[in-house]
Amino acid sequence: MTTLTIEKKNNKRKIEKNQSTSNASNKKNVFETKDLNLWYGDDHALKEINLSIPENEVTAIIGPSGCGKSTFIKTLNRMVEMVPIVKISGAIKYREKNIFQPKYRVEELRTQVGMVFQKPNPFPKSIYDNIAYGPRIHGIRNKKILDQIVEKSLRGAAIWDEVKDRLNENAYGLSGGQQQRICIARCLAIEPDVILMDEPTSALDPISTLKVEELVQELKKDYSIVIVTHNMQQAARISDKTAFFLTGEVVEFSDTDALFSNPEDKRTEDYITGRFG
Amino acid sequence: MEKKLNINEMIQENRKTMNFTRIWEKIIPKILLAIAIISILTTVGILSTLLVETIAFFKQVPFLDFFTGTKLKPLGADAQFGVLPLLTGTLISTVIAMIVAIPIGLMTAVYLSEYASDRIRRTFKPLLEILAGIPTIVYGFFAFTFVTPLLRSIIPGLEPTNILSPGIVMGVMIIPMVASLSEDAMSSVPSEMRQGASALGATRLEITFKIVIPAAISGIVASFVLAISRAIGETMIVTIASGSSKNFTFDVTQSMQTMTAYIVEVTGGEAPAGSTLYYSLYAVAMTLFVFTLIMNLIAQYVSRRFREEY
Amino acid sequence: MKYVDTAQVQKRMNLRLTTNKLAKSLFFLSTMFGLIVLVVLIYRVFSQGIQWIDLQFLTGKLSTFAENAGVMGPLLGSFWLMLVVAPLTMFLGVGTAIYLEEYAKKGRIPSFIQTNIANLAGVPSIVFGLLGLTVFVKGFSLGNVVLAGGLTMSLLVLPIVVVASQESIRAVPQYLREASYGMGATKWQTVKNVVLPASLPGILTGVILSLSRAIGETAPLVVLGIPALLIPFPDSIFDKFTVMPLQIYYWTIDSALTKEYANLAAGAIVVLLMLLFLMNSIAIIIRNKYQRRL
Repeated sequence: MTTLTIEKKNNKRKIEKNQSTSNASNKKNVFETKDLNLWYGDDHALKEINLSIPENEVTAIIGPSGCGKSTFIKTLNRMVEMVPIVKISGAIKYREKNIFQPKYRVEELRTQVGMVFQKPNPFPKSIYDNIAYGPRIHGIRNKKILDQIVEKSLRGAAIWDEVKDRLNENAYGLSGGQQQRICIARCLAIEPDVILMDEPTSALDPISTLKVEELVQELKKDYSIVIVTHNMQQAARISDKTAFFLTGEVVEFSDTDALFSNPEDKRTEDYITGRFG
Repeated sequence: MEKKLNINEMIQENRKTMNFTRIWEKIIPKILLAIAIISILTTVGILSTLLVETIAFFKQVPFLDFFTGTKLKPLGADAQFGVLPLLTGTLISTVIAMIVAIPIGLMTAVYLSEYASDRIRRTFKPLLEILAGIPTIVYGFFAFTFVTPLLRSIIPGLEPTNILSPGIVMGVMIIPMVASLSEDAMSSVPSEMRQGASALGATRLEITFKIVIPAAISGIVASFVLAISRAIGETMIVTIASGSSKNFTFDVTQSMQTMTAYIVEVTGGEAPAGSTLYYSLYAVAMTLFVFTLIMNLIAQYVSRRFREEY
Repeated sequence: MKYVDTAQVQKRMNLRLTTNKLAKSLFFLSTMFGLIVLVVLIYRVFSQGIQWIDLQFLTGKLSTFAENAGVMGPLLGSFWLMLVVAPLTMFLGVGTAIYLEEYAKKGRIPSFIQTNIANLAGVPSIVFGLLGLTVFVKGFSLGNVVLAGGLTMSLLVLPIVVVASQESIRAVPQYLREASYGMGATKWQTVKNVVLPASLPGILTGVILSLSRAIGETAPLVVLGIPALLIPFPDSIFDKFTVMPLQIYYWTIDSALTKEYANLAAGAIVVLLMLLFLMNSIAIIIRNKYQRRL
């Protein structure tokens, strides 16, 4: 019991050390969480999370199922609050502002922080209407501008060439991989600052997965990306930084290369070498 | 097209002018609540309408005379307002309807849920829906012009208007309701329970009566209770085929009047507002309402217990 | 020592299997009973009514002379009634369903409203007639016009539309709502742009079914005191009117005196059933066409 506590403290120090290194590289952070705790009823799903998510990089969150990684990413745009029994303490700062402040409008947050979901979830509308959904609800109605936005977003999601001749067809006619890229394009159409991706390739075949991964690499030039994945190779391939979650805690957070080649924590090593999870 | 369209800037710009959206967002729930409350106002409207006029009625006719009186003679100097003839009329027509609807409906449900192949089920269920969708006035016409003459050729003493024929037709009308509600209850019994019994060598019939029906019993009972409620409230069939004689009798070959048929008769006759006759309309309707309400509450109670089982 | 006497079991098995077979036939016959009645009823009505249906019958005015009578008036009345009931129930029914499903899932008020709707669905239609008579015809002094009948009918079929709308709103997958909220959409934007379009087929089916209930319903309108008189065709919702089932009712009870009226009633029933068949077919087409989408 005592040893465990000591280990925990060590972890914290490590994390802080890592954070300071990333700060030292003179990059801004889009998100900073401070003592973030979250409960589903009595279930303590996130414990004392202190993480900084850097700008214009891909941050991967890995860990076994049930470790809280999906919960964490959904907390960043407050989607987690759709579960009625959720309780949260601590703070998340997005661009220096605490998103849990009563005055903070969740709609504004989600306009800046887009999300791509685990299962492709296009609306049962035409491809065009899917992409134009975001701009429209935010008051952009000019047809010419919408046309431009749709083209730009579809190009941005590398799917323009595949769908440009059938923009008026229902998005449900597309393959799963195409649907997911439509969802990414839909997200790009409001030009968010951050894109959250919750296991975006878990429902896709390997070839579609590869396309989405390439896309993520492309997108990080303009966007900050947080991606949850259960696939460690994927995290290693596409992310700049990686956080390893276990039972609601951050075990280790550092540069991806460092985490995978030289994990500091025994549990991280066990996980990435496939000894559990 | 330049590299950046600056969509986000446009959105931020729009946000300032979107106060309307924000106010609308606050008003919408209130409007929706107001709409939802209309259904409550309907109930309040029904209750208060019935209650006010019923109270007026009991100021003119003693409560006991109404509920124990066997004589209903709404017109003339010696008018009498005993509701028992209407209650027996309603009771007997309902009993006849249930004798038809419950066994046939239940057996239909058993057949569709336990015996029929998928294809048969898919053809029969819509046909039963058609049966359920035929307006009651059509059943009334059918009872009056077809079933009554048919029955009269079998039963010599049957009067041209009688309670038997509309009772039977009402039963037929209710079969689909019993069948479909009971079938729902039976098909939601987990198939593992059937397989368990089947593996021990039970026949379909044994599985049905020893496993499925006991497991689905509350849903089945609820369907019976709702069927009774439906029969009590049914109007046009009995109005057309059972006539308007206010006999206090249990003889099914005779004409009897139900509560619903009485309401039709009195409103059709333009009873002057304020007269005892006019108020009696509401007293009878109140009685009818209370009976059906009790049945509905029982059905809800029974089926709520059923839902907790799985 | 054997616990089970195989011979005995075998003997009992035959009996059990025979009983099962007999029961199956009995259950099948029961199922057929309803359908046979349906066939007899339809044959009965059509064989009597179909010869009366011609252009004159469909477009003519009501008449005391059976050979001159037409059902244009009641048909128009039913049409006008639908014109009131359709938008009203859709507005009230869908509004209530959205409130219950999207805005107030838990709590005492919504559960009270829900119970209330279940109870309203079980109130006999004739009681709604008395409500309409007291409140709309007399209370609001509307008289027995289309509007009064339409309001009464709307309240009568409201539970059908609410329940159907609730079911189809509930069937909209949660991930579509999440996608919308994820873009920064507000609740109403999500309901209006995502939930309602996705549940519209189910809602429309419910509305059409409720309309076919409304135009087949007789009792509430009898209570409103709509007379069996030869009134002019209705031109607006403030005109007096009669409807198909009501006319069938009057012709049926008068057929005891004038035999031909029974034929008129049968003819009118054929027209009414055709109308209902048409409406239900539309509902089924809508249901089938859009069911595959989600």
